Amino acid sequence: MSSTTSPVVVLERVGRRFGPQVALAGVTACIRPGEFVAIIGRSGAGKTTLLRCLSRAIVPTEGAVRMGGQDLRPLTGAALRTHRARVGVIYQQFNLVKRLRVLDNVLVGRLPHLRGWRRVAALARLFEYPQRYIALACLDHVGLLARTWQRTDTLSGGEQQRVAIAKILAQEPQLILGDEPVASLDVANGALIMETLRRIATAAGLTVISTLHHVEYARRYADRVLGLRAGHLVFDGPARDLDESAIREIFGSRPETGGPDVELAQLPEPVLVPS
Amino acid sequence: MSGPLAGILGGPPPPAPPRRSDLGRNLLATVALAVVLGMAARVIELRPLELVRDVGNIGIFLRGYLHPSFGNICEYSWQCVVTVCIALWGTLLAFFISVPLGLLGARNLSPHPVVYFAARRAMDVLRAVNEFVFALMFVTAVGLGPFAGMLALGIHTGGVLGKLLSETIESIDPGQAEGVTAVGASRLHVIAFGVVPQVLPNFLSYVLLRFESDIRSAAVIGMVGGGGIGFYLWDTIRSFKDGEAATVILLIVAMVMCTDVISARIRRAAI
Repeated sequence: MSSTTSPVVVLERVGRRFGPQVALAGVTACIRPGEFVAIIGRSGAGKTTLLRCLSRAIVPTEGAVRMGGQDLRPLTGAALRTHRARVGVIYQQFNLVKRLRVLDNVLVGRLPHLRGWRRVAALARLFEYPQRYIALACLDHVGLLARTWQRTDTLSGGEQQRVAIAKILAQEPQLILGDEPVASLDVANGALIMETLRRIATAAGLTVISTLHHVEYARRYADRVLGLRAGHLVFDGPARDLDESAIREIFGSRPETGGPDVELAQLPEPVLVPS
Repeated sequence: MSGPLAGILGGPPPPAPPRRSDLGRNLLATVALAVVLGMAARVIELRPLELVRDVGNIGIFLRGYLHPSFGNICEYSWQCVVTVCIALWGTLLAFFISVPLGLLGARNLSPHPVVYFAARRAMDVLRAVNEFVFALMFVTAVGLGPFAGMLALGIHTGGVLGKLLSETIESIDPGQAEGVTAVGASRLHVIAFGVVPQVLPNFLSYVLLRFESDIRSAAVIGMVGGGGIGFYLWDTIRSFKDGEAATVILLIVAMVMCTDVISARIRRAAI
């Protein structure tokens, strides 16, 4: 891993509407390099919208997102691809190409680093040895070297998420974004994924910003927690400050135990309590 | 009532689903369909009674076909080989026409709505114009023969396969492609890694199915000068050489059966 320092991420009154629906409103925060930030909140609170604004999958309708001083909004074409290359994203559904071999999925992370004829050769999935070596080393780092030649959809969910981590390791990003990376995994696999992320982030001094469904994960692995409620930032502080009243502020009541109180019943979408 | 349901039941009755007058609507649709079918029957001169009365004439017509003559079977067999070759190259040409058209004509991949619209309309034209018309067109350029037939078949099938490819691309799992886009890969890399692996099995299956259908088309394209067995089919029927025509038809049936079986085997093995 290169020891690049992550850029400072600045959110300036970020807002996003989908038609008449306000998904995000006036979110302001400054994330320093090397922080492990968890974004928590109910379903529909705007967590994923905020994350997609950071990865520039969508553009905020109000305010600005700056990364290392660069405003993300006007990026197009090659500049947008350069931005995406420095941000590694892992997803709830892993978003690996299922029919490709595990190694090919990790090599996808090398694509933005290829120049000249190597870019052309990659269209036929041909990579020279140094690239394959990096990919194999990344697979080894997540303990999946034995799976190298298997088709990706033959792996379990936890293994696929580790392949996704190997892929963003190979990508050499300056920042890691997680979109509910452990929401579709069991507790043991979830903990393994979070520990791997934590280890990578600490070793390389990388910023990690991840949405998380479970408060416990945020408490255990994050330095800092952003709590969203109905699109508004209602909590911003260190994970240790995440006490009963803060949880109530973010979720309305404790999500694990709370029955639907009056306020929750008024939410527009059905409330799914994670079990 | 007792048990767990006791506390749940007994509330206000649930609202009834909104009901439209389904009966009236269905009746209207049935009557409308009957009227359209009745008018269409007049247009196509549907006379089932005549069919029943004169069905024996078909027997008289077919009697000539009961004695196939195998005098020219070598020439006919060779023309069947020509037909298969037309279909092979026609399908290959169609493949190369369909890939760019299908990529540009897929909504989720097209670089611009104008390009999408143009590619879609181009494929519509290729599909709408029959391969016979294309054959007549190419005959003026390259003369009578299998080459004109192959070009005509390839162009028409290119439109069909392009349409199927674009529909297949539009139904891919966007998440898998997003995983490639998110690393900052170029558009071509996204296609090579995120799209091709997802559409390849289905598309190859479509190509083989179209090859089977191209064999059937190539077997008749000779009627308009496109080469292959079609010329003899047309010639023997028109000159009332019933025995010869029977041989040609038998050969075509055998050829179509063989290619269908072989193509199905390949499809199962490859995909």
